[in-house]
Amino acid sequence: MSRRYIPKVVTANRLREGDVVYMTADNLWTPHHHEAELIEDEAHAQLRLLHAAGQKLVVVGAYLADAKAGPNGPEPVHFREAFRTRGPSNYAHGKQVDLTNV
Amino acid sequence: MYDYTDFDEAFVRTRVAQFTDQVERRLDGSLTEDEFRPLRLMNGLYLQLHAYMLRVAIPYGTINPRQMRQLAYIADTWDKGYGHFTTRQNIQFNWPKLPDVPAILSALADVGMHAIQTSGNCVRNVTADHFAGAAADEIEDPRPYAELLRQWSTDHPEFQFLPRKFKIAITGSPNDRAVTAAHDIGLRMTRNEDGETGFEVFVGGGLGRTPMIGHLVRSFLPVGDLLPYVESVLSVYNTLGRRDNKYKARIKITVHETGRDEIARMIEARFAEVRPLFCGADQALLADIRAAFAQPALQSRSLADYDAAYHSNPVFRAWADTNLSEHRKGDHAIVTISIKAHGQTPGDATSDQMRVIADLSETYGYSELRISHEQNVILPHVAKADLPAVHAALAKVGLATANVGLLSDMIACPGMDYCALATARSIPVAQEIALHFEALKLEHDIGALKIKISGCINACGHHHVGHIGILGLDRAGVENYQITLGGDATETAAIGEKTGPGFAYDEIVPAIERILRAYLGLRFHAEETFLDAYRRVGMDPFKRALYGDEGHQDAA
Repeated sequence: MSRRYIPKVVTANRLREGDVVYMTADNLWTPHHHEAELIEDEAHAQLRLLHAAGQKLVVVGAYLADAKAGPNGPEPVHFREAFRTRGPSNYAHGKQVDLTNV
Repeated sequence: MYDYTDFDEAFVRTRVAQFTDQVERRLDGSLTEDEFRPLRLMNGLYLQLHAYMLRVAIPYGTINPRQMRQLAYIADTWDKGYGHFTTRQNIQFNWPKLPDVPAILSALADVGMHAIQTSGNCVRNVTADHFAGAAADEIEDPRPYAELLRQWSTDHPEFQFLPRKFKIAITGSPNDRAVTAAHDIGLRMTRNEDGETGFEVFVGGGLGRTPMIGHLVRSFLPVGDLLPYVESVLSVYNTLGRRDNKYKARIKITVHETGRDEIARMIEARFAEVRPLFCGADQALLADIRAAFAQPALQSRSLADYDAAYHSNPVFRAWADTNLSEHRKGDHAIVTISIKAHGQTPGDATSDQMRVIADLSETYGYSELRISHEQNVILPHVAKADLPAVHAALAKVGLATANVGLLSDMIACPGMDYCALATARSIPVAQEIALHFEALKLEHDIGALKIKISGCINACGHHHVGHIGILGLDRAGVENYQITLGGDATETAAIGEKTGPGFAYDEIVPAIERILRAYLGLRFHAEETFLDAYRRVGMDPFKRALYGDEGHQDAA
């Protein structure tokens, strides 16, 4: 029996600013992990990644990151992805402050 | 210091114009990311975890006050008001936006700076002793040779596509403060029996996933043979170095697989071919460069004010005891400005701090500054009479921490707070260790100690050569920290030995405390440093302190 597929989100950095973003189900890029499309099918994930990779003037370095369902939407699984949702731990820089103004 | 010639100026301006055009073409879609990536890396621009990062070269760690102010201006204008000094004597800006990078590079060019060859498989920034030109133990200032190597290696057509990056370090002192043993080429100034200066040449050192101490391939290289010999080393490496496996592509693997004797033979054979091609232009250039590094005219000053402050002000005395080093002129000192205030990020300086440092350099330091690979800033020439004023000015901006050479003077790479390659965080571990021991008031009792932390096996934090090394790893999706003991970055270089299983994020600070309490308990006397004690007693007592008697068996 094959192993159960770990759900994914498509994530990347914005080309101009470098900010971490996630792809939503309606093909937008959001800075909020919980607004990302949670992809539970491997074939669909590859299609979504191809779609993201085609947006060369918007994002750079798109990849699939493990995620899980949470009460408010997808949550990161790995600590690296958790850090990417907020920014560095030594200063209040990056999303942890930028998103309070969104 | 060396100032750009018209040639240097034109070269850098041309590169800024090229890269400006490349950024525009990336932004309008004419270039794909695959096409653009090597171009941006050639100009020091990385894409990191949260943002782009621009790595700016500070050749051999030498920078002038005007350049330091320009770095502050860049930090304020296009970044978040600070910069991060690195273990390669560079500075990194963590938050530039791609459309702004051409303007940043142009601002750098205005003060004779750039980001060229701070990435890619080429000869990187040549690093040097941060006390160069000032140290009492120096045979000769190594920076003219470093500058000669910089000019020779910049855009060198033969060495732009090496198997892997290539790092050269140089010291003019027998006491090695430039970690030459852990570089692709390490150059140590020495004298022969006739009193002539030359270099001991070490090849194949490096840290990373396969740490190696460099092998001595030439015990005396006359200074006039420096370029042809270094060119011969690179030529042999360019031919032999593996291109099939990125992790086996550094020259340390080439030397390891080929053998020291055979590599040395091949270098000498190539040298015999290359040497006749150097007809003296390099030596004429070196003579010009030497003139640019003429020593400042140091004024003789009374020591009365210094002595008075030293005996009346305990805060000043504590700082003087740790942060000053012996200058070749007795009434002067080398000041190490600690960028390691307890709880702060090692190596980070705010724009305000940069401006104060620039001012102090101009007022009291003959307009000279160095950046150390240990992520501090150096005022190489300060009259002792001026030290109380320097200390007072530093204290106003949080730069008077008296901890150089002590536990909290840690090297820490950016780790997973910034770096896309990292497997765990480094900075908060460094912050917590510093704060923890500050609270315990044990730092001065422990004495001389080098703790070095890397957030992945690439070892930018030099953990292998820390007396205590900490390596952050990802173990099954959890941050885990491996400890090594007994590393040494000096002329008695050694790679640290692993203690055993690693520790979780919330266990690493208590683990370091157990090691250091064991040290305090077993040392002969306060002058026996941690490294000396480790060399005397070996790993066992520390393993017991870390893992207990039972765990010690498992860890062995």
